[in-house]
Amino acid sequence: MKKTPRFRKLKNFIIGKIVLLSGLFSIIVLALILAFLVYNSFKFFSTYPFFEFIFGDRWFPSNEKFGFIPLLVGSLEVAFGAILIAVPMGVGAAIYIGELAPRPVREVLKPIIEILATFPSVVIGFIGLMAVGPIIKRLFNLSIGLAALTGSVMLAFMALPTIISISEDAINAVPNRFRNASTALGATKWETTYKTVVPTASSGIFAAVMLGLGRIVGETMAVLMVTGNSPRIVFSWLQPVRTITATIASEMGETVQGGLHYSALFAIGLILFIITFLINLIADRYINRIKMK
Amino acid sequence: MNLKSRYVKQKIWHGILLFITGIVVAFVFGIVIYLFIKGSSTLSWEFISTHPDQGMRSGGILPAILGTLYLVGGTIIFSLPVGILSAIYLNEYAAKNRLTRMIRLSIVNVAGVPSIVFGLFGLGFFVIILNFGKSLLAGSLTLSILILPVVITSSEEALKAVPNEYREASLALGATKWQTITKVVLPQALPGIITGSVISVGRAAGETAPILFTVAVYSMRSLPNSIFSEAMVLPYHLYVIATQIPNAPVDMQWGTALVLLLLVMVFAIVGSGIRAWSRVRKIK
Repeated sequence: MKKTPRFRKLKNFIIGKIVLLSGLFSIIVLALILAFLVYNSFKFFSTYPFFEFIFGDRWFPSNEKFGFIPLLVGSLEVAFGAILIAVPMGVGAAIYIGELAPRPVREVLKPIIEILATFPSVVIGFIGLMAVGPIIKRLFNLSIGLAALTGSVMLAFMALPTIISISEDAINAVPNRFRNASTALGATKWETTYKTVVPTASSGIFAAVMLGLGRIVGETMAVLMVTGNSPRIVFSWLQPVRTITATIASEMGETVQGGLHYSALFAIGLILFIITFLINLIADRYINRIKMK
Repeated sequence: MNLKSRYVKQKIWHGILLFITGIVVAFVFGIVIYLFIKGSSTLSWEFISTHPDQGMRSGGILPAILGTLYLVGGTIIFSLPVGILSAIYLNEYAAKNRLTRMIRLSIVNVAGVPSIVFGLFGLGFFVIILNFGKSLLAGSLTLSILILPVVITSSEEALKAVPNEYREASLALGATKWQTITKVVLPQALPGIITGSVISVGRAAGETAPILFTVAVYSMRSLPNSIFSEAMVLPYHLYVIATQIPNAPVDMQWGTALVLLLLVMVFAIVGSGIRAWSRVRKIK
């Protein structure tokens, strides 16, 4: 075919549409994920009493008891513990890397944190199983080391790269004139850091914590391997629990396709999706404030 | 408070922060070194080139390694074209309007979807509705959408780094927009795009939850022979021998964990290597 201007115009038009379609792909994917979670959990929500699901205190699929509370408590317990460990460590390390460390040290530390982000979650789970679990067992004199606390520790480390790198971005985004002004008023470096820099970066740090929380709540394999897998309501960090994610991962294999149990697992997947979606929306709102400065 | 005590306070806090950072660094090195010490004795040519034996209590992990490589190959084929085109749309075509904002928000949200939810989606959509069955195809597609946000974001960064003068010069010479993109912008952005893609594909290689219901099987006698075969995969194999098989030899578990870590780290190192190399080349 001869390359007339008209042909070029047509070609550009078609390419433009293909590129646009690819651009829209993320929206399509997100919509499809939501649609399939709703579609597959429909059977469960239409047959199982809603209140027995939301307020039910027993998750016992073989007796067709699907109470959400034990899984919710398990997830919250593990997540709360992980946040308690990860926030001070992550923000502390971010302050050190972003504000205090000399340049060469920073250039070494950043890739090390990136390496932590590449560890597969099964490997983290395996380390929890083989190394951290036994330490916790000995430390607290337990019969087994697979408890909520073990999960919290492993998840904290998995959330650290996210928390550190985004907090550090927020700290770096604080204009230098703020630091200079504080120093000129006679503040020490540390006073400048915690009275000026950290408060200014606080919305970005908050976004970092939310994104870390999103990772913690959604993490599956590590918690499945180290939290002991027991869907009972316990309010102790030293006992086995089971999270929403671990329940889906461990039970889906035993279900009948299209059955009530199968549909119930999609239902808790839908709730998990909604929780992490909200967490991400909040984080996104705050992260945009970093860029605006 | 006098000046001296303020400086003492500063010293203490700096010490605490250094200590915290030290713990994080120690954890990273601790895991790598510990895995090397425990796993290296098992690591041999035989271990990575033979099939499992005696109900996975002896033998090697060849099928799991191959399964992971096939899966990674499939993920590259599906995720790169869509991811790069999507980045081209955002950086070269998109206007600053509501639609673009919605696309960006979806990318952030897809990135935040828990990996097990991708597994559920892959099961519901690829395995059942599209009827691919539990297969390499379904697994690769699931992993592709999982890493899509990272591919898009890193490709867009790379495109953004290409100076606008290049585009203007090309357009001034009479090239169309698409010619400008393919012949001027993309070659410049390529190292950055490859870096981001290699790193995200490494992430896909280590994922377990999305492949649980879409491709991974406990054990298989033969190697997968088509895109519709199920497959053994390395992360799932580690999970199985670490938790599902009673008295699986501990050495084999450590060996498998080490192989998986090495595989994932090779991707990360190759990715960072390309980035470093392209930086050096640009300075020259």
